[in-house]
Amino acid sequence: MDFLRDPIGFVIQWYVGWLGELGLPSSWVDVMAKLTGALVLATGAMLFVVFLIWYERKLIGRIQDRFGPNRVGPWGLLQPVADMLKIFTKEYITPIGADKITYNLAPILAVAAVLLLWSVLPLSVTVVGSDLNVGLLFLIAIGGLGEMSYILAGWGSNNKYALLGAFRLVAQLISYEVPLVLSALIPVMLAGTLSVTGIVQAQQGVWFIVAAPAAALIFFIASIAEIGRSPFDLIEAESELVAGYNIEYSGLKFGMFFVAEFLHAFTVSLIFATVFLGGWQGPGAEEIPVLGFVYLMVKTFVVYFVTVLFRGTLPRFRIDQMMNLNWKVLTPLSLALIIAMAIVGGVTRELPVFWQVIGFLLVNLLLLWAADHLMRLAQRRKTKINLAMQTGSGVLTTSTKHGTGE
Amino acid sequence: MNGLQLVFLLAALVSLFSAVMVVSARRMMHAALWLVLTLMGVAVIFVTLQSSFFAVVQVLVYVGAIAILIIFSVMLTRRVMEDQGDQVLPGWRAAALVAVLLFAVIVGFLALWQGFSAMLVELPSDADNLLELGKALVSPQGYVLPFELASVLLVAALIGAITIAVDLKEDQRG
Repeated sequence: MDFLRDPIGFVIQWYVGWLGELGLPSSWVDVMAKLTGALVLATGAMLFVVFLIWYERKLIGRIQDRFGPNRVGPWGLLQPVADMLKIFTKEYITPIGADKITYNLAPILAVAAVLLLWSVLPLSVTVVGSDLNVGLLFLIAIGGLGEMSYILAGWGSNNKYALLGAFRLVAQLISYEVPLVLSALIPVMLAGTLSVTGIVQAQQGVWFIVAAPAAALIFFIASIAEIGRSPFDLIEAESELVAGYNIEYSGLKFGMFFVAEFLHAFTVSLIFATVFLGGWQGPGAEEIPVLGFVYLMVKTFVVYFVTVLFRGTLPRFRIDQMMNLNWKVLTPLSLALIIAMAIVGGVTRELPVFWQVIGFLLVNLLLLWAADHLMRLAQRRKTKINLAMQTGSGVLTTSTKHGTGE
Repeated sequence: MNGLQLVFLLAALVSLFSAVMVVSARRMMHAALWLVLTLMGVAVIFVTLQSSFFAVVQVLVYVGAIAILIIFSVMLTRRVMEDQGDQVLPGWRAAALVAVLLFAVIVGFLALWQGFSAMLVELPSDADNLLELGKALVSPQGYVLPFELASVLLVAALIGAITIAVDLKEDQRG
């Protein structure tokens, strides 16, 4: 295999061959190679966070008409390194009455849950951690582990704000898991497999974002909610919860949550690029695998750019607005989408791929239009009732019932 | 003893130990966390049986559900969730007798089962047991009736929960 065409695959093959020459039995070689791969991937992903933090701070700075970090190193590139060194030297504080085991387990589990996601994502034609036949389901199940870590952090800290933050976070994550799973079913239906590698290969001709833009939109919104970023960042609403579940953590333990959050944001973009934007697919990616890796990274950074743009520009949701969006819009829309896609897929089974894609696209756009129309109607009705209440009764209400005014 | 047996034994030991801890832990929170570990051990056993779908669903359903369970246990119980009293019921002898009898009956029935002596069939590497499972769930020869009945039951539970939760008076006022 040519080194230039596929450097990562070349190194892997060379390493496995070298292990074999050492005279180890083949099963040991397999285990050793997998362990090394996991170590390299996890370390690489963790180190990558240093760059991500710089990228995001710089971008947010530009959005807010600032320079962003620009003192340490060229273009401020070494600023996150300096921050990390600072965080290493900080004191560890364990609050009185904290549950030691859960308190210390939570940051580890938070990072581990994100790193586990990387194990099934294909980075190029030849480089994939493990091609599970239930890969997509695995990605969602690991999200559940992340929820556990937040609960552990909130409860172990022995602080009521941390506990409240953890409750709110888990309520949000569990709610938004529903549209996330339902919209992830659409690519599974189109590809006919749950394996992430299979889903990427099925997008050889058409990316799934073209065939199912509505599913992609729901998946993207639910993903942003899953990483708890603005406009879904009410889990760390400073004015209400002080800081949320990680309030009692200091030093490297807080750093772990920080790393997990940034890496999760990037990983979610990676999953979106893999499932809806064709992963490593692109011109010449089959022959030159390293090109596939470049394509994947470019697509991921485009998606990541959008999430950062959201973070820098959108205000925070109120909790009832967040729940309304989830249960009254995204969940019914994704359910209707699944039924519609199944019907269209069944009707156009005999037709060539082009007409199939046109059919899928049309039904997606139709459903998006219908959802938008229904939302507008509901909005108008609410406003009308609200106006009638204000003018008709002539009583100044101080009702705390939300959802009528906006 | 090969690697697979070692993994199975470890997973079984961890599940059994944490299952004992679930019922003996004094803090309800700890009991719930031990329950997570038990179910993780079961997931590992599913993996050793080459049933990755069940392993993943085990983690997905149970760990996700236990997070909710913990929330409710925190919200609905006393603040410390720590019971200082005796952990043994007054009538524990009768309960132990019933438990042992039940265990003996189950073991007796399982001993009659032929499956233990049957050799495991190695799956061909290209076989997709997930596909077969999906077909079995919706084929009339397979499990379509129990599958649909379970779906109806779940929908009924869902509608029931919504009916209880919805506040009609509040709704009518607009």
